[in-house]
Amino acid sequence: MGTLAEEIFSRRLGRNVRAGDTVIADVDCALAHDVTGPLAIQAFQALEAPLWNADRVVFTFDHVMPANTVAAAELHQMIRAFAAEHGVRHLYAEGICHQVLVEKGFIRPGGIVVGADSHSTTYGALGCFATGLGSTDIGVVFATGKTWFRVPETLRIDVRGELPPGVSAKDVALHVVRIMGADGADYMAVEWGGEAVRAMPLDARLTLCNLSVDFGAKAGLVEPDEVTRAHAGEHFADVHPIQPSYASVLEVDASGIRPQVAVHPAIDNVHDIDDVAGTPLHEVFIGSCTNGRLDDLAVVAAVLQDRRVHDRTRTVIVPASRGVYLSALDAGYIDTFVRAGALVLNPGCGPCLGRQHGVVGAGENVLSTSNRNYPGRMGSPGARIYLASPAVAAASAVAGEIADPAEAR
Amino acid sequence: MARVFKLGDGVSTDAIIPGRYNVTTDRDTLRRGCLVEARPDFGQNVQPGDVIVAGRNFGCGSSREHAPLAIKENGVAAVVAASFARIFYRNAVNIGLPVIRCDALHDFVEDGDDAEVDVARARVTVRGREFQGEAPSGVALRIIEAGSLIGMIREGGWAAVEEVSHVS
Ligand code: SF4
Repeated sequence: MGTLAEEIFSRRLGRNVRAGDTVIADVDCALAHDVTGPLAIQAFQALEAPLWNADRVVFTFDHVMPANTVAAAELHQMIRAFAAEHGVRHLYAEGICHQVLVEKGFIRPGGIVVGADSHSTTYGALGCFATGLGSTDIGVVFATGKTWFRVPETLRIDVRGELPPGVSAKDVALHVVRIMGADGADYMAVEWGGEAVRAMPLDARLTLCNLSVDFGAKAGLVEPDEVTRAHAGEHFADVHPIQPSYASVLEVDASGIRPQVAVHPAIDNVHDIDDVAGTPLHEVFIGSCTNGRLDDLAVVAAVLQDRRVHDRTRTVIVPASRGVYLSALDAGYIDTFVRAGALVLNPGCGPCLGRQHGVVGAGENVLSTSNRNYPGRMGSPGARIYLASPAVAAASAVAGEIADPAEAR
Repeated sequence: MARVFKLGDGVSTDAIIPGRYNVTTDRDTLRRGCLVEARPDFGQNVQPGDVIVAGRNFGCGSSREHAPLAIKENGVAAVVAASFARIFYRNAVNIGLPVIRCDALHDFVEDGDDAEVDVARARVTVRGREFQGEAPSGVALRIIEAGSLIGMIREGGWAAVEEVSHVS
């Protein structure tokens, strides 16, 4: 009996646990990437213990891939040497961790996964309890296969009705951030449900769970259903809330949501697009673990087909993974992007974290489909970052200013 | 006496150490990157034993442990905030950077104030006024007692952590 989070922990522990309990649980796998991995390796080494299970440790090279400095190259070398020494086979240099782990089948309904990256909440889209931890916690998981959890209370969000055309999971999530504030779900699990969520394909659900951490949540979750089964196949598990008791419930009317834009300098400074339309843009970034998937690129391709991006607006498109890139090639999207004048970069985090390419300067306005608009996130703290959906991003790239996708049709 | 560096609400890990400064494990590089853009004067003026006093949701954003490490490497005695983002708080405890939750202090204190901090009692005194904060409890307290998560696990593994069930 319990919320989806409580059910998952109860199954794992073989006894009934409730929100507020402190438990030590086995995890299915532990992720670290090219920036958090080296500190996790150092923590592991300080324990002077053998590796728990080489097959359940996953490293991704995505935040600075390919390396753009000697320092970055050395971090990559450190991870490769560690993997070779300990027989770790799961090393991926083909996209963002949160897309790659889903594609490679590491995420299973009813499972528990931890990652040294805050957006590990993304995996909850498959009904897996997944959360981000720091490097030291992950280093300890490397040695013990376990970590401690305080089983969280749950905020249930029911998204009722149908989304209007041009409005997507990104808008729903930003709309909720607007209501909840940047720390509104601190320490809680968020369970996304309601007709509008049930109707969403996996890519959109991944977006919802991804952004859950950006209003504080420890995990974002969607109940497994037929959409989940189609992805999980034989690993499907029918885990769902049973007579749950929620800390709070939020009802959202999907039909009333306008395209949303989170305006510099905070994720919860969210406005209807009507308030910010017309703001000139120097860069548009389409990608990230929030909105770099095939469904996102399909939306963008539909807008950019037979159009050109505006002269003043560098438009950078980064598929979330090689898998997404290949599918986008097959579908003709990449051809569309390049002909439209966009720059298509290799799969990875790209401009999202202002470390590698697409870095913005002081005084520039950038509209991004990613998840963070903290000052300095994408480059100079003097740049203004606007967060929005792929549909808004594509329409804005063409217009050279923030634009309502309804007007780009 | 410790000097107070006062910061606002929602100080992100991107502000504490921007992505362009944390592609490293070198502790000295991290130390120099601390608040480098958000508070450029911090690096020049901070002395061991000083404190950071912040508003709500301190350390929000990325899971980068480089953020508490960068603060710790500057010798900061404690971060006192109205509230902390979950991962930052856990990371700080894991590496032994003292964190104290205290609602009232932030409104009262001014940047540059002298403060006296009693980490063990989670108490801060500024201009004669004493503020009682909240120290970590539960598993976090065990970790603090051991000095760090690594210390705790090395001492006895997970046995040190008591599982707590609230049977209903
Ligand atoms: S795309 Fe951005 S938010 Fe996602 S993992 Fe990479 S850096 Fe983090």
